Amino acid sequence: MTEPLLRLDKLTTRFHQAGREFTAVDSVSFEIQRGETFALVGESGSGKSMTALSVMRLLPPDAKIASGQALLEGEDLFQLTEWQMNRVRGKRIGMIFQDPMTSLNPVKSIATHILEALKIHLGLTGEDAHARCIELLHQVGIPQPERRLWDYPHQLSGGQRQRVMIAIALAGEPDLLIADEPTTALDVTIQAQILKLLKTLQKQRQMTLWLISHDLGMVADLADQAAVMQKGKIVEIFSKRDGSLFSQPKHPYTRQLLAALPKLDSCLQRQSVPTPPLLQVSDFRVWYPIRKGLLKRVADYVRAVDGVSFTLQQGKTLALVGESGCGKTTLGKAILKLIPATSGQVYFDGQELSSLPIKRRCRAMQIVFQDPFSSMNPRMLVGDIIAEGLKSLRPEMDRQARIERTEQLLEQVELTPAARLRYPHEFSGGQRQRICIARALAVEPQLIICDEPTSALDVSVQKQIIELLKRLQETTGVSYLFISHDLAVVAEIADQIAVMDKGKIVELEETRQVLFHPQHPFTQKLLASLPGKQLYRSSQFSG
Amino acid sequence: MTPVILWTDALLFLLVAAIVVLVLYARNQEHLRRPWRKILRDRKGMAALIILTAFTAIGLLDSVHFRSDGGGEVVSLFDIWVTPLKTRTEKTYSAPFATHLYTKEYMTLPDGSRQWRYPRLVYGGAHLSNPAEKWRDITMTAFTGIIKGLGLGAFFMLPLYLFRQKKPSCSDVPWGTFSTTVIFLSVFGFTLAELSLKYHVLGTDKVGEDVLYQTLKSIRTGLVIGTLTTLVMLPFALMLGVLAGYFRGWIDDLIQYTYTTLNSIPGVLLIAASILMIQVYMAAHEDQFANLAVRADMRLFFLCLILGITSWTGLCRLLRAETLKLRELEYIQAARALGVSHPLILIRHIVPNLFHIVLISVVLDFSGLVLAEAVLSYVNIGVDPTTQSWGNMINSARLELARDPIVWWTLLAAFLFMFTFVLSANLFADTVRDAFDPRRAET
Repeated sequence: MTEPLLRLDKLTTRFHQAGREFTAVDSVSFEIQRGETFALVGESGSGKSMTALSVMRLLPPDAKIASGQALLEGEDLFQLTEWQMNRVRGKRIGMIFQDPMTSLNPVKSIATHILEALKIHLGLTGEDAHARCIELLHQVGIPQPERRLWDYPHQLSGGQRQRVMIAIALAGEPDLLIADEPTTALDVTIQAQILKLLKTLQKQRQMTLWLISHDLGMVADLADQAAVMQKGKIVEIFSKRDGSLFSQPKHPYTRQLLAALPKLDSCLQRQSVPTPPLLQVSDFRVWYPIRKGLLKRVADYVRAVDGVSFTLQQGKTLALVGESGCGKTTLGKAILKLIPATSGQVYFDGQELSSLPIKRRCRAMQIVFQDPFSSMNPRMLVGDIIAEGLKSLRPEMDRQARIERTEQLLEQVELTPAARLRYPHEFSGGQRQRICIARALAVEPQLIICDEPTSALDVSVQKQIIELLKRLQETTGVSYLFISHDLAVVAEIADQIAVMDKGKIVELEETRQVLFHPQHPFTQKLLASLPGKQLYRSSQFSG
Repeated sequence: MTPVILWTDALLFLLVAAIVVLVLYARNQEHLRRPWRKILRDRKGMAALIILTAFTAIGLLDSVHFRSDGGGEVVSLFDIWVTPLKTRTEKTYSAPFATHLYTKEYMTLPDGSRQWRYPRLVYGGAHLSNPAEKWRDITMTAFTGIIKGLGLGAFFMLPLYLFRQKKPSCSDVPWGTFSTTVIFLSVFGFTLAELSLKYHVLGTDKVGEDVLYQTLKSIRTGLVIGTLTTLVMLPFALMLGVLAGYFRGWIDDLIQYTYTTLNSIPGVLLIAASILMIQVYMAAHEDQFANLAVRADMRLFFLCLILGITSWTGLCRLLRAETLKLRELEYIQAARALGVSHPLILIRHIVPNLFHIVLISVVLDFSGLVLAEAVLSYVNIGVDPTTQSWGNMINSARLELARDPIVWWTLLAAFLFMFTFVLSANLFADTVRDAFDPRRAET
């Protein structure tokens, strides 16, 4: 066996915060062979990014490498001086970060970014650098690189920005490329493109790829070796040589993670009994005017939602699926009248929605947001947050009754009643999402619009929230309009799926129909982009 | 002696009453009580609070006015308390702890010859037969002051200490810091009092008035300018800023145009105009402003008003921007989905989340306003020249520093007191902001 490119030996990294010590990376050891793809998988806070930052020696000031070695071709990176380490960063180890929006300097053109890297690592300047720059952009698949060279980051799409980030990382011709959640901020179809690009580049350049991700499916598709991390420790390492990745999990944590993955075929057992319609939307439009000229004349419209019609049945779940910017969130908010609609009719329980008084409408429909951190006022107690709807929509309730109802709701979403007197920041992401659900449930709505309620959460927490939503639907008979970008999550909960693209619904069918017999090319493309499909099947574990 | 209520007195006491009511209200609100407990638990905040309280106490004592029976002069409770300081005036400048005047005089010596000499002061060190023994006497006097201060401090703090010994766990307020600060203040106060009975601790000014007296009187002016201006400014800034940011559209346009217009007029011009206006008004209605103190107070009150009206724009702009950001947050949308009315959303969700900005800029403005007062006094549109204020002191120091030999103590006195006052206000505001930010509260 040849010498590994990178070998970590009992790496331990600790945080010192406010007098407390916290081990982020706990004696982690692994080897990355030349030319292979190694993946580090784990939930948020498991220490996977910290491992990479330790190797790069780019830790935040309150973190310290306590012990261990990181050998890059036999050379201990932790023994190098900062000056020598600077020659390693970018030149021998390149890195791509998660968020392409914040990783590029918005006041510098993309060429400046790449030229800087070329100058530092290869000493290239002038014509040579320019030519190399174009070549790199061409390699990462930016169309017409000569013309895009002097574009600024805001002129590029998210996917293109990530491609530029890859080009910058490749500029130093590194042996090892660390990709820290390279596609988390991107749409599935774009994700598929970026992953394909990484694979091609790796083949072309014989490059070693160290992938850091929370997405088991993506890792299963891409990696030769995968290590699962939990609370700073590596619990299990899988290798392609032992068969396909994650096929025989031994450690209970890995099993738990795999079991928590949403299953595409879980929709097959679902019985659908038709019920009367609750929400009927027809020819619904939300257009934003584009104003131009001196007099702000309306030149054109951005058609965020463009003629959408659907029907949601009582006690059922309709999922709205699409990529970012397709108008699914706008549609959800416009139905709630948080955003003014341009035209279209909405009937709720047989009545025209706009004819209903505001209080009645608010009691009938509620919303749960995506980001559990910004969806609660940080300066209010949880009890007050939940009771807010009761105060405004059921003024007849007295203080004592409200407190009782709040405690009952907290129990319903499986939190302790004592949580009433705490602040939102004292809770984890999953718990906060439960509080948000409790807030929506407080006024006993018939419909809850769930706007990506699980996409900011880890898989295992996602599973719990989905279970909770399903259970609440069984006990209270509430209907969900479930907005999501993730087909696999939707498969777990939806009775029907509406696939949206560019403001229009392109396909609206029963869940199993959409997932297993997609008709529209866009749906087919979405499904094809879903990485690691073998993991999203329940048959693997149940039988 | 008949009590006189000046405009600024009334407003200052109204403010105190409002604070008391707020405290009583907050006692019953769990989410308000918690951060205040946190402030009291913080050592830095506790020390700053006590020093601020001492300053405020002096300022409030100085705000209870009487008309003395004889001459009809308006004096405050504080004036009565420090009568010795007020009445013991020298001829002209004298340095801190000096026994002689700062300027030579042509005087007749005991032997009959006439020479240029530094004459002895009328009050400063007058009890000494030999001025050379001055420093021994100062040390002794200071020592007496320290002993008395310690005695009084210990007298008040001892029961507390004994109580804490018996029940060590009854509260987690840093009583150590509390009693240290109180004892320190009492020692400092007594030493100063003992010394100032015999000397001019911070010297005297051009007309021989004790500088310590001046700077202590200035506390009230600083307090009034800082708090009343804020009181005038805050409703404008908060209300208009929040309304502009939250409702946008034509409301936003209107408010923005208003403050852009107001901002483009030089503030000094507006202040000068309104001060001249009030002077003309006072001249025309002399019967209403018969008294010197009433006139000076009216001018101070008007200065606060106009300073408030010219300085709300900065904070308003800041609050508008923050509100624009907040209104897009999901918890605001959730509240709208829950049918919460707009005024309630503003009060319950937006204003509390602007609180830290308000607090920080109010405290920064506070020190800025005390300084602005100094600048305005320089162009003679500040407080009345008869009003004691740090601004007037600094203004007079301008000429004194150009003298040879220089007179430095007026500036030093104003600087020392202003510095302590503004610093403790800053430290206290820091603690308050940290305590009210729940995300930082737990660490």
